Parts: sequence; structure tokens; C-alpha cells
Amino acid sequence: MKFMLLIYHDERALSESERAECYGESTQLAHEIHSKGQFLAANPLHPTSLATSVRVRDGKRFVTDGPFAETREQLGGYFLVEGKNLDEAINIAARIPMARKGTVEVRPVIEIAGLPTG
Amino acid sequence: MSEEGIGSIRETVDAVYRAESRRVLATLIRLLGDFDRAEEALHDAFRAALEQWPRDGVPANPLAWLVSTGRFKAIDGMRRRARFEASLAELAERLDASARDEPERGDEAVEDDRLRLIFTCCHPALSPDAQVAMTLREVCGLTTEEIARAFLTTAPTVAQRIVRAKAKIRDARIPYEVPAEADLPERLDAVLRVIYLVFNEGYSASSGGSLTRHDLSSEAIRLGRLLAELLPEPEAAGLLALMLLHDSRRAARTSPTGELILLDDQDRSLWNREQIAEGSALAERALSSRRIGPYTLQAAVAAVHARAASPAATDWARIVGLYDLLLQADPSPVVELNRAVAVAMRDGPSAGVALIDAILSRGDLEKYHLAHAARADLCRRLGRRAEARASYQRALRLTQQEPERRFIERRLSELPH
Repeated sequence: MKFMLLIYHDERALSESERAECYGESTQLAHEIHSKGQFLAANPLHPTSLATSVRVRDGKRFVTDGPFAETREQLGGYFLVEGKNLDEAINIAARIPMARKGTVEVRPVIEIAGLPTG
Repeated sequence: MSEEGIGSIRETVDAVYRAESRRVLATLIRLLGDFDRAEEALHDAFRAALEQWPRDGVPANPLAWLVSTGRFKAIDGMRRRARFEASLAELAERLDASARDEPERGDEAVEDDRLRLIFTCCHPALSPDAQVAMTLREVCGLTTEEIARAFLTTAPTVAQRIVRAKAKIRDARIPYEVPAEADLPERLDAVLRVIYLVFNEGYSASSGGSLTRHDLSSEAIRLGRLLAELLPEPEAAGLLALMLLHDSRRAARTSPTGELILLDDQDRSLWNREQIAEGSALAERALSSRRIGPYTLQAAVAAVHARAASPAATDWARIVGLYDLLLQADPSPVVELNRAVAVAMRDGPSAGVALIDAILSRGDLEKYHLAHAARADLCRRLGRRAEARASYQRALRLTQQEPERRFIERRLSELPH
């Protein structure tokens, strides 16, 4: 069963060296869970200053600068994992470095038929 | 079979239902992988018992018969419905295969299933309200009406909570497992919290006329007993001890007219000595373990009170010592407050007021009526009447319970001017 681990934290409260340390730890974690067959994907995201929001209403396209909403904590990255159950996903989420400063939201993924693979 | 014979079988089935239905349910949930499917299977099994036992006699092992019957009725039901829903056919075959492969499990395995059920109902991924509703419904067998009445809400609200919780268990894949060693302390905390919450709801209703809702407290104690039996954890024993010791004072806590009677003024001959004996023994044993937690320490405090033949005989020094430990295990303002009251008893009211003032000046417990009531009482004893009056009035504005309100009003009126 696939779980999406959405990593939220205050992107302004992160120094360059903290960020680098975070990437290092996350990469290590990715390898550890990969060896257990749990790793599907993971990436940090560029900060919301580089976000662009797209909406289409009544056939008209609206493209604006910034995230979909201003929030105290922002989506900073994700892990997509394969887990037997929620507890496995939670155990991975708890090891994500940003869980110590922010919040990792664990969402079960809906598998719909007919999607392309790889 | 005679009318009489059928009547007595029916009584037997009822008795088996009362004694075993929760165990059967716990196992069926594991075997069928789904709460709703398991409940349906449970009812089918008992219905079959009513039909077949008059004919074939009561089985030697009713529990095993019910589990087996429920399981196969569920598989049959799935096969029938598979004509309309293809995925059910596959599931039915899988469940059937595992049923044939699996050997007969013993009593120990059944107890594992009950633990699975408790831990799943109290999974932190469920909201606290949902944890309480699920535990009372699935583990204790209360109806949604009973749960609604107990928590002063409506049956549809409770029903919806339970439906959502079951959906989350199913769709977010909350596992039906006893947590691993490493996760046990944290997960056990959640279970203990739910049980204690149920007990406290019963012990002192959040708002409204009557001070105790007896049934909930008894339910919580029953749950606590089950947990302590199934899991050799000192804190489980500690919580059971705490609940027994609190409950032992139930008869003495309110006057016949529903007035609140404080510990100091209670008729100790009304305390339940059996509960005190059991609770004290449990507390002592838990205290001697290597994992002493907050419930155990609170139980130990309650045991010190229970040992005292009269208020004057209370070992307040020991109580303060226990609160010192409790503050380390659970550094909360409420614990600090209770410690302050104990310090006042050991060292005099001034010492107590100083501690309470320190808490309040930090901004903690500003809205907690007991903090102001305690302060008022200590000021009253020091003859600081104006302050006592002000604090009683503050407490009065904050209290939700009728008997507590009347008590504070009485104290206010007793203050000399």
C-alpha cells in the first residue's frame, strides 16, 4: 500500500547549513528504506518563493505567483513509500529529519486503474 | 425439544453472548480483516446458535463454535455477493484458504485478539473522541445510545464518529496488531488515557446535576481490569489501582441530597474496604517495579489517604514525596497544584498559598476552578477573608458542576464579613 508523506515546516526558519544537513539525513533515510523495499520516491521542493499557482475556471486559465495559500508552515518536500500498513508509514515519517521541527502528514494513496507505470 | 428446553437454550445463548460476544468479535475482526464484516458475522453466528443448539445441544466449546460459524457464514455471504462484486470472490477464497490452513488456536491467542482490539480502537491516528466511542462500542459492547447518554451528546453524533473511525481504520490501513515492544509505552499511554477519561466522565459528570455516573466508572474499571490481566505492565496495574481507590470513596463523596463532601469531611466508614485492599496491593506492587509512571504514583497517593483512619492521621509528608516524583514523571500545573495543597497540609497554609500564587502568576491554571478554590480555602484558613472571598468568586464563575457550585457558594456564605 502506498503512502504519501508530505513534509511541512517553516521554510524561513531554516539556515543553509541546516538545510544541507537535512538533505544528507533524508538521503540516508531514503537508502535505508530502499533496502527494505519501502522507497518509491523522495524530493525536497524549492521554497514557495519559486511557486506558481495555476487555476482553470470556465475554460479560462489563471496563473499567479506564489503558493495556493499563505500558511505558517509550507510544503517543503515529500516521500512516497510502500508500506504494509499505517504504522509502517508512521515509523518512516517519524524518521524524516523535518518531523523534528515541522509536521509530516501521512496520506494513504488511492490506486486508480489505468495509470501509466514508471 | 420442549418449550422449556428451548427457553433454557435461549438463556444459555444470552449468557454466552453477555460473557463471550466481545471475545468472539475480537477474533472475527482479525480473521475477516474488517470491523463491519466481523459484526455482521457475530450476529449471524449467534442467530445460528439459537437455531442449531436446541437441535444439536450446546457445543463443548461455545466460543470456538461461534468463531468458526461466524467466519464461514461471512465467507459464504461474500461468495453470494461476489456475483455482483468480483473483488469479493477473491477475498472469499483467500479467507477460506487461511481458515482451512490455520490450526485451532488456544485461549492465549484469543486474549491476544482482545488486546489487538483495544490497541486498534485507541490508535493515535483516530481522534480522541473516536477512540473513546470505539472502545466503549467494540470492546465494552455499549450501544450508541448508551455512549451518547454517557457523554451528553446525541446517538447520531456517536454513530457518525464510529462510522468515520471504522472507515479510517479500513482505508488508512490502521493495523489490527498489538504494538511492538518499542512502540508499546506510547501506545499504552493512549489506551490508559481513554480508560481514565471514561472513568472520570463517570466519576464526575462534566456539567449538570448529578455528580457521578456510576455505570461509566464501573465500565472503566472493568476495562482496566481486562487490560491489567492481558498486559503485565505496571502502569496498567497502576491505573486500575487508582480507579479502585477513587471508586472506593464513592458512597462517601456525596450526601443523600447530592451535596459534595470533601475528603477531609467524608465518613470513612462508608469507604469500600475491599476496593481499598485491592487497589493498595496493586499500587504497592506497581511501585516496586522498574517502570513507575504517573498513574502508579497517583494511585500511591490515593493509597496513603485510604490508609489514614482519619484526616489527622494522613501521612502528608509521604504524599508530598510522591508528588515530587509525580512532578518529574508528569510536570503539569495540575500536579503542581495538588502538590501545593499537600505542602499546605504538611507545612501550613502560607507555604501552600505561595506555591499556588507562583503557578497563577505564570498564567497557568487561570481558568481552572479548583486552583482558585484551593487558594480560597488556604486564605480562609489564614484569616485572609477578602482574598478568600475573591478567590471563591473566581472559582464560582469557572465551575461547571452543580454540586461543586453549591459547595463553593456555601463556603462563600460561611465566610465572616
